[in-house]
Amino acid sequence: MKEIVIVSGKGGTGKTSITASFAYLGNKDVIVADCDVDAADMHLLLKPDFGNPKDFYSGLLAKIDQEKCIKCGKCAAVCRFDAIPIINGKFIVEPLNCEGCGYCPLVCPTDAIEMNEQNVGRLFVSNIKTESKMVHASLKIGADNSGKLVAEVKNKAKEIAENEEKKFILVDGSPGIGCPVVSSLSGASFVVLVTEPSVSGIHDLRRVYQVIKKFGIKAGCIINKADVNKNKSKEIHNFLEEEKIEFIAEIHYDENFTKAMTYGKTIVEYDNGEIKKILEDSWEKIKELTTNL
Amino acid sequence: MKIAIASGKGGTGKTTLSTNLSSFLSETESIILVDLDVEEPNSGLFINGNLVYQEDKFKMIPEWINNQCQLCGNCQKVCNFNAVMKLGKRIMVFPELCHGCYACSELCPTNSLPMKPKRMGELKHFKLGNLDFIESKLIIGEEQAVPLIKQTLEYVDKQFPKDNIIRIYDSPPGTSCPVIEATKDADLVLLITEPTPFGLHDLKLAVDTMKKLNKNFGIVINRYGIGDDKVLSYCKDNNIPIIAKILNDRKIADLYSNGKLLYKEIPEVKKQLEKVRDYILKYQTEKMK
Repeated sequence: MKEIVIVSGKGGTGKTSITASFAYLGNKDVIVADCDVDAADMHLLLKPDFGNPKDFYSGLLAKIDQEKCIKCGKCAAVCRFDAIPIINGKFIVEPLNCEGCGYCPLVCPTDAIEMNEQNVGRLFVSNIKTESKMVHASLKIGADNSGKLVAEVKNKAKEIAENEEKKFILVDGSPGIGCPVVSSLSGASFVVLVTEPSVSGIHDLRRVYQVIKKFGIKAGCIINKADVNKNKSKEIHNFLEEEKIEFIAEIHYDENFTKAMTYGKTIVEYDNGEIKKILEDSWEKIKELTTNL
Repeated sequence: MKIAIASGKGGTGKTTLSTNLSSFLSETESIILVDLDVEEPNSGLFINGNLVYQEDKFKMIPEWINNQCQLCGNCQKVCNFNAVMKLGKRIMVFPELCHGCYACSELCPTNSLPMKPKRMGELKHFKLGNLDFIESKLIIGEEQAVPLIKQTLEYVDKQFPKDNIIRIYDSPPGTSCPVIEATKDADLVLLITEPTPFGLHDLKLAVDTMKKLNKNFGIVINRYGIGDDKVLSYCKDNNIPIIAKILNDRKIADLYSNGKLLYKEIPEVKKQLEKVRDYILKYQTEKMK
């Protein structure tokens, strides 16, 4: 079983549309894991049934029992996150600032503080429009996305893939280079970078690739909207050569990507022309590249 | 006045709006632009100012000193992030897991875990005419954006103690902790979206986030003309003001891809920025009343 992670550094390069297409092409061989739990969009294309919902708990939140509190202020003094302001003469925990470190209850002389687990979201194992499944989540607004929910989504996908003897797990990662991205990369067999030929696209590609390099994972790259700036596309090709990243494909700018999305379809279901062919070839190439890993 | 530019979905035009708006406004007044998307900061690719100041940013993490340690294991016990572990006769610290709460350090009976600075990023301050541009970049391998965002805002507060200049925060994507950190002090949030199903879905998340934070917010639609009109009807049904619309235009994509500002070459974009400016001014006047 091969775990293929799709990342981009920059948002909006077409990661999710392309991942969904591969899921569609790979059909029953592929389990999908939507690890962009902050702004998960894959469900709009793969139409999951939001099956088996499970609450997910992660991180702790301090709560002060005002009955027991003697207002000594020791909790506020040790808190490095300014999470215990005094409001109307009471020490109150500001949930958005509380890091859940658990230092304050350790210094409270009257045991007035308890740490409670936080429900940060829900996890689903869904049937989708292909003959396979998708693991996805919805993160509560403002919840701490430390990468734990991402890890949970991935582990669940792995478990199903093993039980059902699937060949691939396709992981849609989030933008950036922080905790969620690191969490989606850990344990990957291969990374597909989806980029675009713009100053931002290239800047972010370089940064996220530095992270991938630290993990020592092999990578390939798809240049989306390649015709928007041919010089920048060339710059990307040079970078790929320099770093020995496999070039997978170039896709030209096409509004069919958006149109497919408005019909809730993957681009390979909607487009019967060149783009479909490119993505089919790309998927074959990825399968080939991951065969001997 | 602090204005955060956020989006939910990545790649909808946060940096485009932040840089164009800041540059446009700075033609007539002082403006501060702060790039808080510290994982992938891009504003600097569009603003070519003169570097006036630069500093490394550090987070505090514990470092084990062997000589007095009694290996009592209290440090491991108090750490909620598994960042400190007793392994045999050693105490191991895992810096990338550490949140810098100081509990292990201050509760150590022998002071064997003093807090030491560890470099997590770099802050740069540029000037270009009336524009002060500050950006922070997380170093590769650091996973936590929030401490750097926090320190960047502290720098801005220190440099500009009076809140009399408009500040524009280019925020990170998503709806979790980094966005909250970047927007929680803002007076006004501009949410930029695109009229597609992905754009709408993530816009709804962003709207819920801003409602939860009790923020005043308005919408700017980017790539207007693609997709469908569901973003428009959503805003109408929920009484959310649409401040401006930036057209889907190949020329825009071309200028953007080359790191160029749009409004200087496309009058229509300038017109939209004027709408944003008027909205901000109106908001400012109402706030003063």
